[in-house]
This record gives sequence, C-alpha cells and structure tokens, in this order.
Amino acid sequence: MLEIKGLKVDLEEEDKSILKGVDLTVEPGKVHAIMGPNGSGKSTLSYVLSGKDGYTVTDGTATLDGVDLLDMDPEERAAAGLFLAFQYPVEIPGVGNMTFLRTAVNAQRKARGQDELSAGDFLKVVREKAKALKIDADMLKRPVNVGFSGGEKKRNEILQMAMLEPKMCILDETDSGLDVDAMKLVADGVNALRSEGRGFLVITHYQRLLDHIKPDVVHIMSDGRIIKSGGPELALEVEHNGYTDIVAEEA
Amino acid sequence: MALPKVKADATEARLAGLTLPDTVSDARQSALARVSAMGLPHNRDEYWRFTNPRTLVQPEAPLAEVPAVDGAPLWDDVDRVRIVFVDGVFNAERSDDLKAAGLEIAQLSDALSADISWAKDLYGTLEARGQKPVDRPFAALNTAMATEGVAIRATAKAEKPVNLIYERESQSADPLLHTLIKVDSGAEMTVLETGAGGARFSSVIEVDVGEGGAFHHVRDQGRDHERRVLTHCFAQVAAKATFKSFTLSVNGALTRNECVIDIRGDDAIAHVAGACVGDGKDFHHDDTIFVTHDAVNCESRQVFKKVLRNGATGVFQGKILVKAGAQKTDGYQISQSLMLDDDSQFLAKPELEIYADDVACSHGSTSGAIDETALFYLQSRGVPRKQATDLLTLAFLAESLQEIEDDTLAEALRDRLAGWLERHATV
Ligand SMILES: Nc1ncnc2c1ncn2[C@@H]1O[C@H](COP(=O)(O)OP(=O)(O)OP(=O)(O)O)[C@@H](O)[C@H]1O
Ligand SMILES: [Mg+2]
Repeated sequence: MLEIKGLKVDLEEEDKSILKGVDLTVEPGKVHAIMGPNGSGKSTLSYVLSGKDGYTVTDGTATLDGVDLLDMDPEERAAAGLFLAFQYPVEIPGVGNMTFLRTAVNAQRKARGQDELSAGDFLKVVREKAKALKIDADMLKRPVNVGFSGGEKKRNEILQMAMLEPKMCILDETDSGLDVDAMKLVADGVNALRSEGRGFLVITHYQRLLDHIKPDVVHIMSDGRIIKSGGPELALEVEHNGYTDIVAEEA
Repeated sequence: MALPKVKADATEARLAGLTLPDTVSDARQSALARVSAMGLPHNRDEYWRFTNPRTLVQPEAPLAEVPAVDGAPLWDDVDRVRIVFVDGVFNAERSDDLKAAGLEIAQLSDALSADISWAKDLYGTLEARGQKPVDRPFAALNTAMATEGVAIRATAKAEKPVNLIYERESQSADPLLHTLIKVDSGAEMTVLETGAGGARFSSVIEVDVGEGGAFHHVRDQGRDHERRVLTHCFAQVAAKATFKSFTLSVNGALTRNECVIDIRGDDAIAHVAGACVGDGKDFHHDDTIFVTHDAVNCESRQVFKKVLRNGATGVFQGKILVKAGAQKTDGYQISQSLMLDDDSQFLAKPELEIYADDVACSHGSTSGAIDETALFYLQSRGVPRKQATDLLTLAFLAESLQEIEDDTLAEALRDRLAGWLERHATV
C-alpha cells in the first residue's frame, strides 16, 4: 500500500538533511508504529508524504498503491487516500468546523468523480461519528480547533479521519495531550476504521497507545533513518530501556 | 486665511459649472460659503495624503463604463421598499410606492419645498457640525448643490427596509445625492443601498437617531470597475440608541467612504464596518472614520477588512475621540488587510484621542498574507488550493460581516463575495 524507498529529504531553506534514506512498506490491513527520539525526523516524514512545502526530496520514492505521491499536490494526495492526523492541529479562525468537514468531504468526493453529499446526509453522518468521539454540537459549530483543548484537537483529527475514510492513515503523536479516557476514545475511533484495505502508520512516544491500537510492526527512527524494525515487543523494550541502547547497537 | 491659489482656482473651476438650487437657500448658501472657505482638497492635505482627490475635484467626471447587468438584483427576495435612481435621478416608474408602515418617505425635493420641518432642520446641520475638527469640503459641496435624494422618517418599528437603488445608464453621470434620515425615539428602521450611483457619485447621508431608536444601514457599492464614489455619512446618536452601518465594496477605481459619528446620549451604541475586495492597480479604496464619544457608558466599534491583490490599494483612517466626561466608554477599532500577493499596499492611520480617564479603548491594524499553515491543513484534507484560499479569505472578512444584524442580508453579501473570489483566480 504505502511504499517508501531510500527517501532522502533536505530542508529547503537551510542546507540541512533531515531524512537520510528511509525505507518502509505498510501493507493493507496492517498497523505500523514509528517510535524514535525527539528530532529524529518522524514528523518530517509525515509532512513530506502529505506534501507540505519547505522540504526538498533529494533521493528516493514514495508511492501509494503504486502511484507516485511526491509528484502530487497535497489535495491530490488526500483524494488518493492519504490522511495525516497532525501532531499540532491547526486553528482556523472564521471557518466553522462543520463547514470545514463538509468542504473537505465534498472536495474529495468531487475529485473522485462522486456526487456531493446533501446537507442532510452529511449532517447525519457527522453527528453519529462525532458522538462516538464525544464531540458535542458546540465543537462542531465553533471555528476549526480555535479554543479547543489539546485533547479536543486530537479527537477532532480523528473525526476528520472517520469522515474522510482514507486508505492510508498517518497519525503523528495523536496520543500526546490525551487523558486516559480520551486515549481510549481515540483508539476506539482508530480501531473502528481498521479494515483489510486500510493501512496505518502510527507515530508515538508511548507504549500506552499501542496497548489499545495493536501494531503489527514497530520501527525505530533515529537521525533520519529507520534503524530497527520488529514486533510489538520492540515498543516494550523502548518503554523500559529508552533509545540509547538501540541507537548504540545499530550505529 | 486665504486659500493657496491652486486650491482656490481648482475650487472655483469646479463651482463654475454648478448653480445653487433654490430650496433651503440658507442652508445651501452657508454650505457654499464653507466650500469656498475650505477649498476642495489636494493630495498635500493631511486628510488626503493616502488618497489623491484630483479626479474628484476636476470639473468633469472621468468616464466610467457601465457594466452589463448580470443575475438577479441583490436582496431580490427581501420584502423592501425600492427607491430607484437612474444616474442619480429619481425614477418613479421603477420605484415602489413610497409607503411602508412605520415610515414617512418623501423625495428630497418634495421634503425641502413642502413644509416638512424636520427635514429642513436636519439638512446640512450634521454635515456642518462634522466639519470640525477635520474639513470635509466635498460634503459641504454636496449640501450646497444636491437636489436628489430622499427624506425618511421612522415613527415606529418599520415594517420593511427601504432600499435605495442606484442604477447607471450613462458613462458620464456625475450625480450628487443627499439623504435625510430621522429615527424617532424608540423607532427602528433599516436602509439598504445598492449600486455604484454614477461615473462619479457623491452621496451624503445625515442620520439623526433619537433616544432608544435603532438605525441599520447596509450598503453594497456595486461591482463597476471604473466608477468613482465619495460618500459621507453623518450620524448623531442619542441616549440608548443604536447606529449600525456596514458597507461592501468590490472593484471601483476610487472609493472613499467617510463616516462621522457623534455619540451624544448615554448608553448608546455605534458600529461601523466594511469589507472590500480589490484586484489590480486601478483599485483604490479608502475608509475614513471619525467617532466622537460625548456621553457616558457608550460603545463604538469600527471593523474594517480589506482583501487586496495585483497592486490594489487600501486606506484606513480611523479615529476615536473620547471627550472629557465621556466615562465608561468602550471603543474598539480594528483595520486589517489581507494581501494576496506582494504588489498591493495598505495604508493605515488609526488614532485614539482620549480626554476621559475611565475608558477602555483599543485599536489595532494589521496587514498580512494568507496563512500558509492553515492553507496546507485544508489542502491535506483534500480541499484544492484555490478553494482553500477563498475559504480563508472569506473567513478573514467574516468579522466585518458579523456586524450586520440581519442574517439574510449578510448571507447575500457573503454569496457576492464568494462569487467575486471565484472569478478572481489567485495562484
Ligand atoms: N522547517 C524546519 N526548519 C528548521 N528545522 C526543521 C524544520 N523541520 C524540521 N526541522 C528539524 O528537523 C529535525 C526533525 O524534526 P521532526 O519534527 O521531524 O522530528 P520528530 O521526530 O517528529 O520529533 P518529535 O518527537 O519531537 O516530534 C529536527 O531537528 C527539527 O528541528
Ligand atoms: Mg514530531
């Protein structure tokens, strides 16, 4: 499904290399987790895959179902089925959350040649999915993420994911800032979306999220490379011993 | 003090082509005297530093193409009294009967020649008072020469809004309109204005809002590209009264909207707001506002938003003057521009002058580009860049549109703006 080969990325503004050759394949139906020290390049990878400005790909490829992602505009990647739940969700004053969701859903439908959802149909679906994430009517009315608590922002990301039903979901530290109950809500939201055709890439620092969302594969990223991959036990090892040993061992 | 020769000559040249009408001759004579004393402005005058008045001063109006009519008129589905002016001349055929419960409506010429004393008393009065501390010679010129316009008095809560519709047919029309509005104590009314008015259009509105009364004003200045428009709104607001004015401007070679508000009674509210969108070097839009607080516990808001691209120019000059004794004043002023490229410019002069000690006044002026982070966020959800830009642009304008109390009226303007943005592609 998602296939990344030898991906090297520099910052556009400075002469600094962030990703130094990333290889990673997420198969349909699988959950891959990425862990790694602060600044190792996890968010950069998620941004480059979703098409954010400011990075230069110097080498390598990234494809989704065989289609070159790196050549597309961000909105085309989204329409192709890629979704990123942001580490820092963006506030958009003046744009209502509901308007935002509907614009996004209909833009993607349009890009795929489907009819737009009627206002009534849309409302029904949103209400149901919002309820499962304990997002109330007020949060749907307010401007996107403005004045939302950290946890509310993260739940709002999952609501967007649930509405857009992407093929490939990347979650960047969706667990950070969540209390125990919210973590459960978010994990339930993610698990509800798990299906044969859908892949997940879950970036996290903590084992706790992975207790709820069971990964098939865990990768350790350090200094712009995946230095080790393994099963769920790798996350436990990180939880107990930190990264120092793994990094030293693979250096 | 004698005027500089260039100014005196320019003023004389402009007046040469005009003759003083014979109604309310005292008011007109004194207005004419004000014009001669002040002289028409040139761009070295402080108040006209950002907007060159040359094309407003010159005797002949520059020609302005009349755009083809397309689509239904604005607010077509709103039940309203339509009063139509074609090139600045009242057109009875295209207008509705000048009748609505709660309102007394008359053509200006009728009001000034008949014995409608409130209209005669008001004519030129607020304009004359609004000449201090800043000269507004074009407004005095309008008072001296205008014969067209309406006089509207609200005696109760008006049953429906009055819509002044300014249609254009000629490329050279240079009309002056003068409108008088009196809202009786406890009465309420809405005045809508639509259309560009002329190749060069001068409009003065004098509004007297009585105690506990409410006046709502929503204006759309058409979409003509070449027209030049200069408006003045002079308002006096009595105790517990409400004054709210909103203006939408799209396109236009030159627009200057001056609004002079005098808050004279306690616990009153005055809001003035505007949104404008301009594309190209031949777009110049100026909002010049002067709000005076001369009473206790009053609130004023100025909310102005401008979207500029391709070398367009936006100007904001806004002042809040709080007189001694006007305690508990809550004054707010914000002027912001969104630059959709690097070529446009926004010139702002926000001012506060406060002589009372127990007040809360704030002002801010910003000029910025579209928020790239928000843009990427929208794109990452599948919204195409152009559509995302338009959505963020409308969001930027939203705060000013929120000043319109009636949602139906506001929604129609929002649609106009969305349409404009759709037609004017950004990168
Ligand atoms: N736009 C940028 N300008 C400057 N430095 C950047 C930029 N983007 C990323 N970096 C740098 O690249 C490195 C990788 O950052 P990235 O955000 O990808 O790390 P991360 O693995 O997600 O870290 P964390 O666990 O703290 O979220 C860091 O050193 C960061 O400072
Ligand atoms: Mg990160």
